[in-house]
Order: sequence, then structure tokens, then C-alpha cells
Amino acid sequence: MAEFFSNTTAGILIVVVAQILLVVVPLLVALAFLMYADRKIWAAVQMRRGPNVVGVYGLLQSFADFLKYIVKEIVVPAGADRAVYFLAPMISLVMALVAWAVIPFNDGWVLADINVAILYVFAISSLEVYGIIMGGWASNSKYPFLGSLRSAAQMISYEVSIGLIIIGVIISTGSMNFGDIVKAQDGNLGLFNWYWLPHLPMLFLFFISALAETNRPPFDLPEAESELVAGYQVEYSSTPFLLFMIGELVAVVLMCALVSLLFFGGWLSPIPGLPDGILWMVMKMLLVFFVFSMVKAITPRYRYDQLMRLGWKVFLPMSLFWVVFVSFAAKFGWFWGAFARWGM
Amino acid sequence: MTIGSDLNIILPEIVLSVFALFALVGAAYAGKDKLGPLLVWVTSALMAAVGVWIGMSGDGTNIAFNGMFVDDGFSRFAKVTILLSAAAVLLMSQEYMARRDLLRFEYPLLVALAAVGMMMMVSAGDLIALYMGLELQSLALYVVAALRRDSVKSTEAGLKYFVLGALSSGLLLYGASLVYGYSGTTLFSGIVQTAEHGQVSLGLLFGIVFLVAGLAFKVSAVPFHMWTPDVYEGSPTPITAFFATAPKVAAMGLFARVLFDAFDGAVADWSQIIALLSLLSMFLGAVAAIGQRNIKRLMAYSSIAHMGYALMGLASGTELGVQAMLIYMAIYVTMNVGTFAFILMMERDGAPVVDIDALNMYSKAEPGKALAMLVLLFSLAGVPPMLGFFGKLYVLRAAYEGGLAWLAVAGVVASVIGAFYYLRIVYYMYFGEEREALDRTNPPVLWGLLMISAVAMVVGIVNMFGVEGAAAAAAAVLVN
Amino acid sequence: MSAFAFYLFAICVVAGGFFTVISRNPVHSVLWLILAFLSSSGLFVLLGAEFVAMLMIVVYVGAVAVLFLFVVMMLDVDFAELKAEMAKYMPLALLIGVVILMQFVMAYGAWETNPAADGLRAQVTPVDKHNTEALGAILYDQYFLLFQLSGLILLVAMIGAIVLTLRHRTDVKRQDILAQIYRDPAKAMELKDVKPGEGL
Repeated sequence: MAEFFSNTTAGILIVVVAQILLVVVPLLVALAFLMYADRKIWAAVQMRRGPNVVGVYGLLQSFADFLKYIVKEIVVPAGADRAVYFLAPMISLVMALVAWAVIPFNDGWVLADINVAILYVFAISSLEVYGIIMGGWASNSKYPFLGSLRSAAQMISYEVSIGLIIIGVIISTGSMNFGDIVKAQDGNLGLFNWYWLPHLPMLFLFFISALAETNRPPFDLPEAESELVAGYQVEYSSTPFLLFMIGELVAVVLMCALVSLLFFGGWLSPIPGLPDGILWMVMKMLLVFFVFSMVKAITPRYRYDQLMRLGWKVFLPMSLFWVVFVSFAAKFGWFWGAFARWGM
Repeated sequence: MTIGSDLNIILPEIVLSVFALFALVGAAYAGKDKLGPLLVWVTSALMAAVGVWIGMSGDGTNIAFNGMFVDDGFSRFAKVTILLSAAAVLLMSQEYMARRDLLRFEYPLLVALAAVGMMMMVSAGDLIALYMGLELQSLALYVVAALRRDSVKSTEAGLKYFVLGALSSGLLLYGASLVYGYSGTTLFSGIVQTAEHGQVSLGLLFGIVFLVAGLAFKVSAVPFHMWTPDVYEGSPTPITAFFATAPKVAAMGLFARVLFDAFDGAVADWSQIIALLSLLSMFLGAVAAIGQRNIKRLMAYSSIAHMGYALMGLASGTELGVQAMLIYMAIYVTMNVGTFAFILMMERDGAPVVDIDALNMYSKAEPGKALAMLVLLFSLAGVPPMLGFFGKLYVLRAAYEGGLAWLAVAGVVASVIGAFYYLRIVYYMYFGEEREALDRTNPPVLWGLLMISAVAMVVGIVNMFGVEGAAAAAAAVLVN
Repeated sequence: MSAFAFYLFAICVVAGGFFTVISRNPVHSVLWLILAFLSSSGLFVLLGAEFVAMLMIVVYVGAVAVLFLFVVMMLDVDFAELKAEMAKYMPLALLIGVVILMQFVMAYGAWETNPAADGLRAQVTPVDKHNTEALGAILYDQYFLLFQLSGLILLVAMIGAIVLTLRHRTDVKRQDILAQIYRDPAKAMELKDVKPGEGL
């Protein structure tokens, strides 16, 4: 039996599909509850109750929403480019899911353990913008188009600083593999060994850039319901809309995973002595997600030119400077070698 | 080998580019365009100083970066010519550009970076280094061509130059990739070894053809010349002057470098191509200029014809040919600096005039300048005893001794045809009917450069200021 | 398995290129072009050059093609008209195309490489280090000069773009972020007690 799975094409295929399902299905189920948590937190900040009707404490609200989206009628605008119109939400979702292939949840628990993992995530996240541009254009309507242009410009701008921040981490680690990045953060001091300490300024920059990259408030200009109704999603309804929404949320959770892997030591335990494991990873992701939700609830929306200014005139120079700084710090072993973890 | 010694060899290039970087940042934060005139002077002085430094220092052949950068007598000769002419032209432009509000502080820096690109070109020892130098130079030139961005003609010039330049770069890259495919290395020293064994393979030949086509565009040799008149006409005049001088020397230097360093084993093959380019350029330059009334377009065709003569030296494929080419280019650049200084002074009510009719009876108003221009025009036409005549004599001799007697004869014929349009300007200046006069302004820089270059055309026949010997030494390094 | 992947990617590249050319809608052309880019990066992965593959996606698909899309979406150009214009020159273009193709066939038929050539070429995947490291060693060691030169070229391109497009407008109000941040209510606000029916 073991031979069948390791040697024959069909066997390998089955194993691969099973592994993929093992990642995707828990992810999507978790997503339903994360969406619920998001709304609950938002509601709590505004002293509302939030969803509380479907299921105990409204726990099944997301599933009710799914059902509603699926059974509703799909409305396609008359002048829409049908092929592109339907391709857009699919790209949006698929690209968000594909990136998970290289995310490890525990030591070795990863679908594809490749050398350039972090670059892969970066490449895939740069593809996500296509879902939005295509959707906005194919709808053949003004608001979606404006929204998609805004969004594309925004995502490209912030990708630059995200890339530079990641370079700092890569320099510190000497590898682009997530496993190596996490292992480089291991040490006797527990959570003080993680990269958040030496790379503290970049943690904030990365988090803010992640907000912009995933079009979350306060950078949700593409959707800006007060100006653009709902941006590129205006003309979408039913299942395609659902796909967009899931894709967006999966991207957010992916960013949570990235923050915990790059800066918070992934599955490493914060206290020396406690065993490492997937539990820590999940807890860190949840914590970051909580901050994501809080930011959504408590910040007002940026104006578009301010957003661009922040990206190009503040974040880009800072992260560029940081790359130079980290290079020197790593090369000459400043700060007790906190920036150079190659030997580990 | 440590990187220190390599850096030492490319020190002149480093000095220029680092200056450009610091000046760029400094000017962007302090003063912006107010610093333009100052930067022009500083850049010009620096380029001249680096030129003199290169000329004085250094001997023998130094190779840096695993052979990608070659510093030898040939490259030094070309670099001195490039830097001095670029400095002169930059100096010429200051007053003109400032008066027309075109003197952005980036302009001198772009010229400096273009000069760095040209220096890389003539020192290239590798196909990639060749391309990098070429692009650095071209990109800067595309931008300065369109510097007068509110003028349709100037932007058109920039765009035309850019699009056709990109096409030619594509051809060049394609040729380079074929050559690499054949020889397995991009280093000239490697290519020359692989191409040595007698028969030249068809693939390599294709590569050479595409490479030559790409380079011929840069020197504006016929049939790759079509951008030249439009770009010359559209660009602001000082920039036209720049196009006509330093980049041409650099491109010719690169031409010689790649043909002799990399394809020495295939002289018989490329010499035919170059001979054809030379023949076509000489004739088209001579014939097409006859119909031109616009002096900038006329100078464009004139430069095409001159490139034809310079290529004739290369086509001979001998040491004498390279020496003749170098001498020709040095003389050509000197003549052009003077001529463009004159063209820059052609103004009526402060606005530039480019029509040659405006020169009618110019000698009456400005006998000194007219005489200087007469000398330059005679020299351009190749009338003895001006220096231009000896330049032509050299290339014709080289062609004849290289077994290209037919090309030499054709060169003489083309030169006779070409003499017509130069002498026509002389006719207008001395015998034409009087028209509305031009301004009688004499900016000292322009006047000085015009006179220096005119005097050089006459005095130079004594010993050519030693250029002859230097060129001979340079050619000897390249061809052996 | 890898043969299957190769043919899949290869067919996608060719099809993408083909449809890029023949698509009537320019936006579709760009989308096909993106498919071609993606597939070619797949081919790079098959070659073992994963770093180049990822860069291909990040740079070409993530940045260049997005700008292409921007331009073709916003340009109001009647492409049908342009194509009609082009049809006039079709015979000539075809002639040139056929001639060049013939030449390529000739060159390909007689193609030979120098016997020493293969030994001189660098290996795509060196045995002792992984792909990214090998690329870094070549870029920053062997081709150090060229790397710096490309930096200069990009700088010139940037200067050019700024010189040719940046215009300092004096007639617009600019935002001074710092001044806004340091504005405090005491200076900016004035409290007034307005009596009903009187106004200020």
C-alpha cells in the first residue's frame, strides 16, 4: 500500500490531492468563523451586538451567508465581457489559495518545501491584483473601473515596500525558505529571539503595508462605499461576489500567517521549555487577525493621495534604508549578531 | 585579483558617475534649476579635466573585471576625444539653453552620464559591456533630444530617436545572442579565439551582420540613417551639436573595437559590409544635402557623409585604416564644434535662424566670423590645404592600400559632389544678395570655440598637433 | 511527468503569444500575454532556475503587465482603425517576414557551434550550491561592473522620466502634512456664543 502512494503516478496524485485538501478545507472552515469573529469584534468596538441570530451566539451566521450567496441569481451587466467577468473572481480566490502551498504550519508541515518560498508568496500576491483589475474592467461600469484602478495602483505601491521589508528578513536569515526563517528565530531566549525585536520598525511597516495590500481599512479605497459604492465589486452578485469576498479574506489570513512566520517565529513557543507546535502558529495568526479587525474598527479611511504619499514617500525610503542598515548589521555582526542568523 | 585594482583602472568612469550622482542629489535638494549654469561649468570642467588626465596618464594595456573592461591606447585616444568634445559642446550650450529656459539642472548631468556610457563603449571587452555602455549613452541622448518638451518637433525628435534606437538595440542584441550561441562566451577575447579557425560559420556571420546593423544605426550610416535629419532638426541646437560629435566618436570607437577585438578572424567577411555602408553613406550624404535649406538638416547629411569616410578607414581592415579613422574622427569633431558654434550664433532678434538663405552677405557684417566659417566649410568639404583634406587623404590612402581602390575612387567622387553644398554656403556669405541681417551678438564662448577650431584647421596642417602619432599608437594596440 | 509539464507550459506560451497577436480586444491581448509570461516562468522552473522564474512573475506579470493593462484600458484608441491601417502594409510585411524566415531556416540548417562553446557556458544549476546563490555569485562577482552599469542605466531612465514629465505647478494648493499634524484646536478654533436669531 505504501508503495502505491510513493511510486505510482496515480498514488502520488492521490497523496498530493489529499494534502491539498488537508490545508484548504480547514482553512475555509476556519474562515467562516474568522468572518464571524471579524464582525463580532467590529460590533463590540461600536457597542453593538453583531450577528447573534443564526446558531448559538450567531456562530453559524457565515454559513447562512454562504447559502444565501449561492442560491441567489447571478446578474451579469449587459455590456460586460463575460469571459473576463467570470474569470476575475476565480483568479481572486485561486491566487489567494495557491499561496498557501508554501506556508508551513509546523516543522515540515508544508505542501511544497521550496527554496524560494517567500519569493513565491510575493509573486502570487502580486498576481492577486489581476482579479481586481479584470473584475473592474469587465463590469463595463464606471465605479468598478475607478475602484479597480485605485486598487491596482495601491497594491503595486505597497508591494514595493513589502518586498524590501522581506529582503531585510531574508538577509538576516540567509535563506528564502520559511522553514529556515523560522528556525533562524529559534534560541534560548524564547520570544526575544524572534525577528520582531531586531526588525521592530519593519514589523509596523509590514503590518501597515499588509493592510494596504489586502485592501483592508483604513486603506479600503477600492471599495470606499461612500465614494465608489463598493468599488470593483459593484456589479457582482451571488457566487462570484462570494468568491471575491473569500479571496479577500484568505489573503488577509495569509498576511497573518506571514507576519507570524517572519516576525513572530511561526510555530516556535514563546517561552523556553514549552514544546513548539502548530498550536503556537494558530494562536499567533489569531492574534494578528484580531489586530487586523481592531484596526478596521477604529481607524477612519485614508484619502487616496495620502495613501500614495505614505507608500512612496515614507515607507519606500524607510524600508530601503532598513535594507542597507540590515546588510551592514548582518555583515559586521552588530547588536550581538541579532541581525545575522546564518550559522543557526 | 582583487576588486581594488579593477576599480583603479576604471577610476575616470567612477569619478564622472559619482560626481553625477552627488550633483544630482545635491541639486535636487538645493536650488534645483538655479544651479543649472554652475553645473554646466563644473561638469564641463570636470570632463575636460578627466580627459586630460586620461591623456596624460596610463600606458600599456590594463584589463579589468575579467576582461570586460579594456583600458588601452585605443580606448584612451577615443576617450580623450569624447571627453574634450563633450566638454566643449556642453560649454557652448550654456548660454543658449539658459536663454530659452531649457537649462534644467539634470541636463549637464545627463551629458556626463552619457559620457560615462561612451567611455564604457570604447573600453568594452564583452558583448554585455558593449550593450550596457551603448544603452547608457543612448538613453541619456533620447532624453536630451526631447528636452524642449513643449515643442512638438523636439518631442518628435526624442520619440523617433527612441523608437528607432530601441529597434536597433534589438537588432544588436539579436546579433549578440547569435554570436554567443556560436562561441559560448560573451568576452571578445573568447570570441576571437573561437572564430579563429579559418572558415567562419554561418551562424556567427549572421551574428556579425546584425551586430553591425545595430552599430551602423548608432553612427547613422546609410541605410540606417533615417532618424538623423529629423533628430538633428528637432533637437535644440546645442544638443544637435552634441549628437554630431562625442557619440559619433564613441560609436566609431566601439565599431572598431568589436570588429578587431572580437572578429579579427573574419576581416574578409565584415570588411565587405563596412565598405558597402561606407559607399552608401558617402553618396547619400553628399546628394541628399544638396536639397537642404535648413542648416541643421544639412549638417545631419554632412555627418552621414563624414561617417561614410570614417567607415572607409575601418573597411580597409588594416592598422593604417584604424589610424586613419581615428585621425578623421578627431578632425571631424573639431570641425563640427566650430561649425555648431557658428550655427548657435545665427540668430535674428534673439530667435535661432536655421535657414541658410539668412547668411546672404554675411561677410559684410561680420568678416571675422565669416572667414572662420569659410575655413571650416572648406575643411568640411575637404579642400586643400585645410586639415579636413588631410583627414580624407588618410582614409583614401588606407582604403587604397587595403585593396579597396574602387571605394577610394568613389570617395573622391562623393567628396566632389559634397563640396557643392558647402561651397554654396560660402557663396551666400560672400556673394549673395543682401537680406535682413542677423543679430551681431558674439557670446565669448561660442566666438572663442569657432575661432579656435578654425585656426586649428589651418595651423594643424603643420603637425596635426601630434594626433597622428597618438592615433598610430592607438591603432597599433587595437590591430595586431 | 516533467515532460507533460513541459508540453503544457510550452503550448500555453505559444498559444498565449499567438492570441496576443490576433486578439481583437487589446485588453484580451494583454491577458494572453500574461498567460505567456506565466507559462514561461513555469518553463524556468522546469529548467531548475526557480529564482528567475519567480522574478519573471514578480517583475513582468506583477508590474510590467499591470502597467500595460492600465494603458490599454485607459487609452481611447480605436484599435480596429489602426488594424485597418496596418492591413495596407500587410503584403510588404508578409514579404519581409517570409524573407527573414527563409534566412532563419538557412541559418538554422547550417547552424554549428564552436566545439569549445559548451564548455565555456555556465551551468544553469551548479551542483554545489542552489540556484539563487549561484546567480548572486555571478551577478555580484563576475558581472559586478555590468550590474553597477545597469543601475546607472535605470537611473538615467528615471531622470529622463522626471525631466520630461514633471511640471511644478504653482497654481495649486499643496498639502503640508506636518503643518496639519501640528495644528492644535487652540489655534485653529474659536468658540463663540451665538445668540438665537442673530447670527455671527
